[in-house]
Amino acid sequence: MSTGTRTSRQWLLTLPSLTWLAVFFVIPAILVILTAFRPADLQGGVGPGWTMDTLHELNDPAYLPILWRTFSLSAATTLICLVLGLPVAFQMARAGQRLRQVLLLLVIIPFLSNFLIRIFAWKSLLHPEGPLTKLLISLQLIPENAVLLHHSGTVLLVLVYTQLPFAILPLYAAAEKFDMGLLDAARDLGAGPWRAFAKVFVPGVRRGLSSAAIMVFVCCLGQYVIPQMVGGASDEMLGSKIAQRVFSDRNLPHASALAGGLMLAVLVPMLIVVLWQQFGRKEES
Amino acid sequence: MDDFLVIDHVSKTFGTQRAVDDVSLTVAKGEAFSLLGPSGCGKTTLLRMIAGFERPDSGRILVNGQDITALPPEQRPVNTVFQNYALFPHLIVWENVAFGLRMSRRPREEIRSGVDRMLELVRLSEHARKRPAQLSGGQRQRVAIARALVNRPQVLLLDEPLAALDLKLRQHMLMELNTIHEQVGTTFIYVTHDQGEAMSLSSRIAVMNAGRVEQVDSPAHLYETPRTSFVASFIGDANFFTGTAVELQHEGYVRVYVDGLGSPLVLSNGTVASRQLLRLMVRPEKISLTLTRPASGERVNAFRGVVEDRAYFGTHTRYRIRSGEHSILAQLQRSRFSGGDIDPARGTEVWMSFHPDEGRVVRLEAAA
Repeated sequence: MSTGTRTSRQWLLTLPSLTWLAVFFVIPAILVILTAFRPADLQGGVGPGWTMDTLHELNDPAYLPILWRTFSLSAATTLICLVLGLPVAFQMARAGQRLRQVLLLLVIIPFLSNFLIRIFAWKSLLHPEGPLTKLLISLQLIPENAVLLHHSGTVLLVLVYTQLPFAILPLYAAAEKFDMGLLDAARDLGAGPWRAFAKVFVPGVRRGLSSAAIMVFVCCLGQYVIPQMVGGASDEMLGSKIAQRVFSDRNLPHASALAGGLMLAVLVPMLIVVLWQQFGRKEES
Repeated sequence: MDDFLVIDHVSKTFGTQRAVDDVSLTVAKGEAFSLLGPSGCGKTTLLRMIAGFERPDSGRILVNGQDITALPPEQRPVNTVFQNYALFPHLIVWENVAFGLRMSRRPREEIRSGVDRMLELVRLSEHARKRPAQLSGGQRQRVAIARALVNRPQVLLLDEPLAALDLKLRQHMLMELNTIHEQVGTTFIYVTHDQGEAMSLSSRIAVMNAGRVEQVDSPAHLYETPRTSFVASFIGDANFFTGTAVELQHEGYVRVYVDGLGSPLVLSNGTVASRQLLRLMVRPEKISLTLTRPASGERVNAFRGVVEDRAYFGTHTRYRIRSGEHSILAQLQRSRFSGGDIDPARGTEVWMSFHPDEGRVVRLEAAA
């Protein structure tokens, strides 16, 4: 009956997942950060001793536009995914049991095919000789010589495409728990349908919103396949730079420094959000 | 001003289910009115049509002469206290109450004074900064009432306002609702399945059954002169007997032949034809029990039976008495002055009697 045994049992139950996290996430993350302080050797490995040289190398103005692009593309993707995902989640939560199952399946279906294949599909879809380009030209919606592929808009489009389900699912989970009767109450008190949605539904699913935002934003920050495949030469993101440092420059400490920096840039705001959520929950109960 | 709220031949069908079937009602300004009936009788659908959440298939709804049938809920001069209160969990009490005034973009100062005054009325001023989750059930309900009333609605709808409260609190809130109604003078429409609630909250009650209004009357009239057997059995307990009218008397009395009980004399409650098949009703507490045949007279209906069951309730005792194929419920209240009353044990042979004024003809279900 004592709380002591109950908490120790709870700890015991979380032990497997904690071990998993420690072995496959925390320790590798620390190793990555440590590698940033080792000198690079010519064979693409890590030399002996410790150095701060790599950190100094990061202080390169060439990184600034890449950093800015990474964060602004991620932020734009997050925003678009939330705006598109919110009404979808709302309708899914309001739909009947059967329709809801079908919609949920439709959201998940893209995951059944490989990520790279789906990006390739976009590549051929948007190709100058591809069906979509030809169709839009024949409908005179875009000019004859328009190029749909290889610019930052394409990167944004495909980012939104890949991340949208990650926004919809947490939003749907929150919307499903939302009491739709509250919308009736808002209408009854004089709010039109849109105001009721904005003033009552959106705050009602704010936890789903922050989960979806973190999910999408973090996944975007690390992307390098999408800018590489559908973006142009000037659409590199930080992920592309890290990949380049590892695969072509064979400079592990430099890649580690970039990766570590990105990791901290994600972890710190996320910790703030999580703490804020935790605080908000306490205040409410 | 007897037609402040007018429900004019309103019908609503869901699929094949006729939820509200050609209902017409009028409610006076400032009246406390109840829609009473079992679940599925259409009372909630009618309420949702007044609030604007459902559109009637046919018929009109008017408030203060204005046809609101086609208006969306946010444009109606009607506010609702929802059954589960539907308070906004992300807003504090004060903001919940301010919601309606903010939606209608009233000046800041008006919102502040209006909300403060309303919180005072429901005695929640010191809880203004709490969230709904931190309040008790009774407090939440008062927030819901304040949130609706602050908009000065012409009609306030209350959907099962006491259903979510425990018994003790329910009795307290009953008084509280009556007080609030007296103070604000707004027209209150209650929807409830609890006859006790309806009787103590409202001056008139519409009893609904299967989408139709069976009777609209004051609580006392509904109880004493129910028109249909549904009303008689829904409001209080009743004994029913089926019989044939054998003798029409002047002053509205009719003698009815009931197989096995003789021919009691009862109030005809409307026009009755000779030889007509009809149903008569006697409330259990109107029946008195004696061991010997009561002093016979033209105006006493008496018949014999055997006590089958007896249950003591403190305030009263109930007896189930068998007389031939009839099983009759009688209820006695014991007091020193009630004199002739007895307390027969099971198996005792007794005489049951009731005054002709206490028995009445109710419509057969088929005729309704």
